[in-house]
Amino acid sequence: MESSVDTKLATRPNDNLGRVASLKPQGTVSTTKRIKRSFRQIRAEKVFRRTLIIVALAMVVLVLGIMVTLVIESTLSIKSSGIGYLWGKTWDPVRDIFGAYPFILGTLLTSFLALFISIPFSFAVAVFLGEYFPTGWFSNLLKNTVELIAAVPSVIYGFWALAVLVPIVRSFESKIGVEPVGLGIFSSALILAVMIIPYAASLGRSMIHMVPSNLKEAAYSLGATRWEVIRAVIFPYTKSGLFAGILLSLGRALGETMAVTMVIGNTSLIPKSIFAPGNTMASVIANEFTEADHPVYLSALIELGLVLFLVTVVINMIGKRMVSRFTNE
Amino acid sequence: MKTLKSLAIVGLTLAISASMMTTGCNGSGSTSKADSTADNAMIGAGSTFDNPLFSKMFSEYNKLNGMKVNYQSIGSGGGIQQLTSKTVDFGASDAPLNGKQDSALSSPAIHIPVTAGAVVVTYNLPDVKDTLMMTPEVLSKIYLGEIKKWNDPQIQAINKGVKLPATDIVVSHRSDGSGTTNIFTTYLTKVSKDWEAKVGRGSSVNWPVGLGGKGNEGVAGSVKQTPGGIGYVELAYAIQNNMAFAKMQNKAGKFITPSIASVTAAANIDIPADAKVSLTNTDAAEGYPISGLSWILIYKEQKYNDRTADKVTKLVRLIQWMVHDGQQYSAALNYAPLSEKAVSVADAQLKTITYDGKPVLQ
Repeated sequence: MESSVDTKLATRPNDNLGRVASLKPQGTVSTTKRIKRSFRQIRAEKVFRRTLIIVALAMVVLVLGIMVTLVIESTLSIKSSGIGYLWGKTWDPVRDIFGAYPFILGTLLTSFLALFISIPFSFAVAVFLGEYFPTGWFSNLLKNTVELIAAVPSVIYGFWALAVLVPIVRSFESKIGVEPVGLGIFSSALILAVMIIPYAASLGRSMIHMVPSNLKEAAYSLGATRWEVIRAVIFPYTKSGLFAGILLSLGRALGETMAVTMVIGNTSLIPKSIFAPGNTMASVIANEFTEADHPVYLSALIELGLVLFLVTVVINMIGKRMVSRFTNE
Repeated sequence: MKTLKSLAIVGLTLAISASMMTTGCNGSGSTSKADSTADNAMIGAGSTFDNPLFSKMFSEYNKLNGMKVNYQSIGSGGGIQQLTSKTVDFGASDAPLNGKQDSALSSPAIHIPVTAGAVVVTYNLPDVKDTLMMTPEVLSKIYLGEIKKWNDPQIQAINKGVKLPATDIVVSHRSDGSGTTNIFTTYLTKVSKDWEAKVGRGSSVNWPVGLGGKGNEGVAGSVKQTPGGIGYVELAYAIQNNMAFAKMQNKAGKFITPSIASVTAAANIDIPADAKVSLTNTDAAEGYPISGLSWILIYKEQKYNDRTADKVTKLVRLIQWMVHDGQQYSAALNYAPLSEKAVSVADAQLKTITYDGKPVLQ
């Protein structure tokens, strides 16, 4: 064994030398090889580029396709209800009167309320994990726990909310003197808030991680306290990212169906307060789609989907505008 | 619980059908084309209410005749749509076809009653030990939001001697479109002029008051959690979950406890030849008033989409079996077996089915 290793070691330098030596006279052959290879590379490059373009375009086609399908399928309802569909206050499948106002209101109320409740928590998690404890077992635990929140199926949140949250809200409601129903917009906003925390939190965390340390160190060297660094360096530097995280959370809140349906109380009446039961567009669709037994009704539900789609698009566009304005400042 | 159970049943039927398919493939090599597996498999779609019963019936029928029935419980409305587009062999619905649905069909379809169910009024009054009595007037006024307290004199008048609390009535209803809601609102429409004018009947309606719960479990959950709650659920669900339910006053003036027997009794009336009848508020003296039939819907003329005569005969035999022998599985699953009159109407309806103009059953 030893001898063979020895010989290998002994021969290696020779081998290398030999290779170098053999390369020199064969220079022309290797260049043609390289040219051939680069041709192949260029072709592969092209194929790769085309694949990327096709797959990326497929996404655009898909979204436009969804949009077009929604418009086509809801024409019947658009014709019968007209633009009044958007502010009609009655949703009566028996008499074919369809007004989406209570559901648009319900969707916006639950989503924005949830957003306001979740912001302090998601920012706290983001700052804590990004600035105070970026490493260590505790921060890992916290990080994984927050990410797990996003991975739990929404029906489980619904069950938990129905079994635990609703009775708590009910006793809270009876204390403050409103009708103690428990189910309603407030309960669904609470459960939505829990569900959307991870989106803003994890984006915020990675943004705060990306703040250049020399900026922070400069601030510290000028005698800034930790709070001052967060306020004067980290927040201004990351605000577009933090805002994008909020937008992501909002998008999730707008479309959430199952958990909301289980606790919102599902009534087509216009909510009188945030403790009253209501309904959202997504939960109406989920509830009524299977038994929509006449064409206009089905079409009205699809139009509700279209409105939800457009609301999401509009909110996203406004959000993008605000993000870019923040960054330009 | 019920969904779990039905899931288990669906899983079981899937497993059975999968095993049947492999054996079927092995055996069909030498047989003629007419006897291929396609002719020995039926596709149905519709009512979720029927699903647990159908799963049981189809698995039993499979043991007897080796026929595979793939039933998709997508809801009555969906079943009717699938039948309209001719993608299924039969549909199943808790509500008869309405005018619009009828006219959407390319050829006439017939209704064959297959089982009956009931909707019970459940409530949460922890301090009330006696079974509550309900009259149609009071029930409709509660659901219209006109009676707001449990100790309202109108409720007290029919429950003499019961000490009713002064709590608010918290009304619950189904939020998802369902046959249960259809039976319930059909009943209220029949017994209350106000209800007919303000709300009407349908698988989802514009509720004047109340909270919506998704599915029987959603309504049951909100009633159980809320003291003073009232709601309506399927009889089978209420029995399985030991829920308190009210005795309803029927057309004859008797207060009837909902049960399988009283639902079958409600169906023992003169059923019209087309079987499109609502069992709500029937004349039957011992019948529970909020009952309803469930129907299998098939085309009267079965020659469409290259269907073979053999397949059609098998389909009609299957439905015939469900109406007769299949009824023995109803009671165990808390469905009400068909009344004699309903069975005879079903038989008459089956005889009208034709293939290329000739009756399938002689």
